[in-house]
Amino acid sequence: MKRKRTSRIPVGAPTLTRNDFKSDQDVRWCPKCGDYSILAQTQRTLPELGIPKENIVFISGIGCSSRFPYYMNTYGFHTIHGRAPTIASGVKMANPDLSVWVITGDGDALSIGGNHFIHLMRRNFDINMLLFNNRIYGLTKGQYSPTSEQGESTPSTPLGSLDSPFNPISLALASGATFVARSVDIHSDHLRPMLKAAFEHKGTSFIEIYQNCHIFNDDTFELQREKEHKTDHTVLLEHGEPLVFGAEHDKGIRLNGFQPEVVDLTDGEHTIDDLIVHDQHAEDTTLANFLAGMSDTPDMPHPMGIFRSVQHPCYEDLMTNQIRTATERTGEGDLKALLHDGETWTVS
Amino acid sequence: MRKPVEQIEAATILFAGDSGDGSQSIGTQMTETTALIGNDVATLPDYPAEIRAPAGSLAGVSGFQLHFSSEQIHTPGDLCDVLVVMNPAALKVHLHKLKPNGILIANSDNFARRNLRLAGYEEDPLESDDLTKYQVFRVDLTRLTRKTLETTQLSMGEIDRCKNFFALGMILWLYNRPMEYTMKWIKAKFARKPQYIEPNILALRAGNTYCDMTEQFAVSYDVKPAPFEPGTYRNIEGNMATVLGLVAASHQSGLPLIYGSYPITPASDILHGLAKYRNFGVITMQMEDEIAAVGVAIGAAFSGALGVTGSSGPGLALKAEAINLAMIAELPIVVCNIQRAGPSTGMPTKTEQSDLLQMFYGRNGESPIPIVASSRPFDCFEAVYEACRIAVKYRTPVIFLSDLYIGMGAEPWKIPELSELPEIKPDFSTRADASAEFEPYLRDPETLARPWAKPGTLGLEHRIGGLEKSDVTGHVSYDPDNHQKMVEIRAEKVARIANDIPPTEVFGAQEGDVLLLGWGGTFGAIRTAAENYVDEGLPIGHVHLRHLNPFPNDLADILKRFKKILIPELNSGQLLQLIRATYLIDAIGLNKVQGQPFHVFELHAKIDEILKEIEHF
Repeated sequence: MKRKRTSRIPVGAPTLTRNDFKSDQDVRWCPKCGDYSILAQTQRTLPELGIPKENIVFISGIGCSSRFPYYMNTYGFHTIHGRAPTIASGVKMANPDLSVWVITGDGDALSIGGNHFIHLMRRNFDINMLLFNNRIYGLTKGQYSPTSEQGESTPSTPLGSLDSPFNPISLALASGATFVARSVDIHSDHLRPMLKAAFEHKGTSFIEIYQNCHIFNDDTFELQREKEHKTDHTVLLEHGEPLVFGAEHDKGIRLNGFQPEVVDLTDGEHTIDDLIVHDQHAEDTTLANFLAGMSDTPDMPHPMGIFRSVQHPCYEDLMTNQIRTATERTGEGDLKALLHDGETWTVS
Repeated sequence: MRKPVEQIEAATILFAGDSGDGSQSIGTQMTETTALIGNDVATLPDYPAEIRAPAGSLAGVSGFQLHFSSEQIHTPGDLCDVLVVMNPAALKVHLHKLKPNGILIANSDNFARRNLRLAGYEEDPLESDDLTKYQVFRVDLTRLTRKTLETTQLSMGEIDRCKNFFALGMILWLYNRPMEYTMKWIKAKFARKPQYIEPNILALRAGNTYCDMTEQFAVSYDVKPAPFEPGTYRNIEGNMATVLGLVAASHQSGLPLIYGSYPITPASDILHGLAKYRNFGVITMQMEDEIAAVGVAIGAAFSGALGVTGSSGPGLALKAEAINLAMIAELPIVVCNIQRAGPSTGMPTKTEQSDLLQMFYGRNGESPIPIVASSRPFDCFEAVYEACRIAVKYRTPVIFLSDLYIGMGAEPWKIPELSELPEIKPDFSTRADASAEFEPYLRDPETLARPWAKPGTLGLEHRIGGLEKSDVTGHVSYDPDNHQKMVEIRAEKVARIANDIPPTEVFGAQEGDVLLLGWGGTFGAIRTAAENYVDEGLPIGHVHLRHLNPFPNDLADILKRFKKILIPELNSGQLLQLIRATYLIDAIGLNKVQGQPFHVFELHAKIDEILKEIEHF
């Protein structure tokens, strides 16, 4: 793996703890909101990254999730609706040494900020984006969002929503994202390694986090979140491993033509050798796209884990290279010479 | 035998043709040459929004006007001494700008039936009696260029593209200007396509020789150098002066410049210009839209860089919410608005100064933002530098206003010494400022500026955002009294900038009948008009405002010293409203929204009218 630019805490310096990352502000999400768990997993993960607290910046847009920076004792900027990726890009470009985290929601990232989302993915700044997907607008009291299922009845769509939802993973892949993953708010043992992997990836890292809105869209991801259902309704992606799932590891995913399908490993007809073997490092996105599409298909388990992780040059490094090359070629800028550039004449 | 040379004081030339005829190129070359030999010069490019409108159509006419003189001048001239037209459409569009007995040079090869019809002429105007009050020179520019270049390897299409240099060669002869600067430019321009160097130079020489040899042209003219203050000069366009001002502000402050932008006429040249200066550490980012462009500037400022974005009116409308974020977060960014004719898409390639109230008021809530306007092409350097100085010192977004007319116009610029540039001190908070609790909204008692603590600084971790802030701590606050206080503090911070700007310069009479009060790109026309009255000893003064928010402290007193205040603007009276509302005076507007700058005679007419009224009292 390429070395991250972010500075590391010197050896021997006191190590940080979860409490170092708690700000003095009261957390004001609704009781039972999935955001509490995401905050806790983030505060637990950051001390493990080995980077100084002052080099971490959290940037958010607008929405319930976007209050997140106020609760982190790092640098933080709660910006405007949908625009966090643009501000994060400026922050990272001005100081590539910073570890920059964008906190966003399904409305913030995919509706009002949809344009910035796709362009952030394709530029591949070394920025981590956590999208809290609860398939609803919470802060404005329950309107349907761009990830709500078609037909969703909400205050703004009493007879059901008409538009079909975005699949955030498919959109990120189509936009050229180099790291794409999915996790669940309360699956702390899964979410923390995902956060760490996103940090370790050099380039834009995107994690969709299934998040429960207890007030306006309770249990929207019940099958993927709850202990009693999740083994049958999620499949863990592990690089180099076949896609096996189910409480008894008795089911798997194989490709039937261009269609992933569930097979029973106990029926005597199918073996583990028939299953898709995950390759998160594939440059080609075909497999990742097949996997992304599973959550759009009824009765298919939703893949959890890293869909794609590939190394591409980062925007900020390419820019830094241009500056270095230009400076090597023409010398460091001389302002006086610049002002006198071209044809001049002197009046005495 | 050498033909006689007549000394004249000044001349105005207008080159016009199809968008692809190269009028802008040869206009720029004539400007460079006249500036280099010491004339004062002012230019006005006037071109269509379409890149290549249908050939020969009225919509496709592109013009370039330049005015040069042995005296100081401020405008590209009202009417022209020479009009060069490449086709009938150019004649139709621009003939009204030619002075009686002025010189009309027409490429007669293009006055065939098809082009005449496209321009709406029933018959050839060159053959008619309509042009008897002008000196008409019919020149077979296309055929002469083809003949000159027939032995070259170029295709017919390529040869025809050289004919603008034939025309330039003629004009250089007519005004006794050397060809060497243009030849040097041609060599540099076509360094990578050397097959075009020789033909363009041949065409240039042929045009020059043509005038010398034919009896058509009996007299040529000379304009002596103008008196300039001692110093080193270069010719500069407004947008290029903006580029240099931004690079200078970055260099002098030690802050890396990050310029976020999205292509838009007439601001794109600033993006193009800055993109060349990577060796100054200049970072330009062409973003996905106008909002993203201001977003990176805000992010850059939060990170401790000089964040700048640039656009024109429609782009500014899109950026408004983000500019307001920078306002409440109190982060230093500079927002350049190179105005063009609105509303909506309006007339993208025509000038106007109708975004002033948008810049003042076009944001939700109470949103005071300093506004600095440049008045002429070279002034863009100082004005944008001043915008950067205010932004950094007061931790606020600052709007820099320019417009198409000065952004694309050019004139000689006395290059400043670096030591003359005002200091810009970022004054970042340091680790030493880290107390038990860092207070991001604890203000400087004099400027009311808040600390600038950049990420990466140990102990200064803090959170900011668009929600209302608690005074001193910066925590989110919905407290009624706190909101009132913060609104007042933000207004007071901007108001105090008035203590930090130089006294207002009043040109001409210091008191008396009429004060001409202007801002922005109308400087040249207003100053020329003022000079004319002052030369006659009339009590007319001129103030041109650089700082529009806040207004200078001494403006109230100046306004009281004149019987009438006339505010000429290329809008429907925007500064007029502000001045009337702020100072409760009965100021008069002179307003024009035609996408064209003021003619000096338009100002004369209005001033005469006001003077007459005063006499009657």
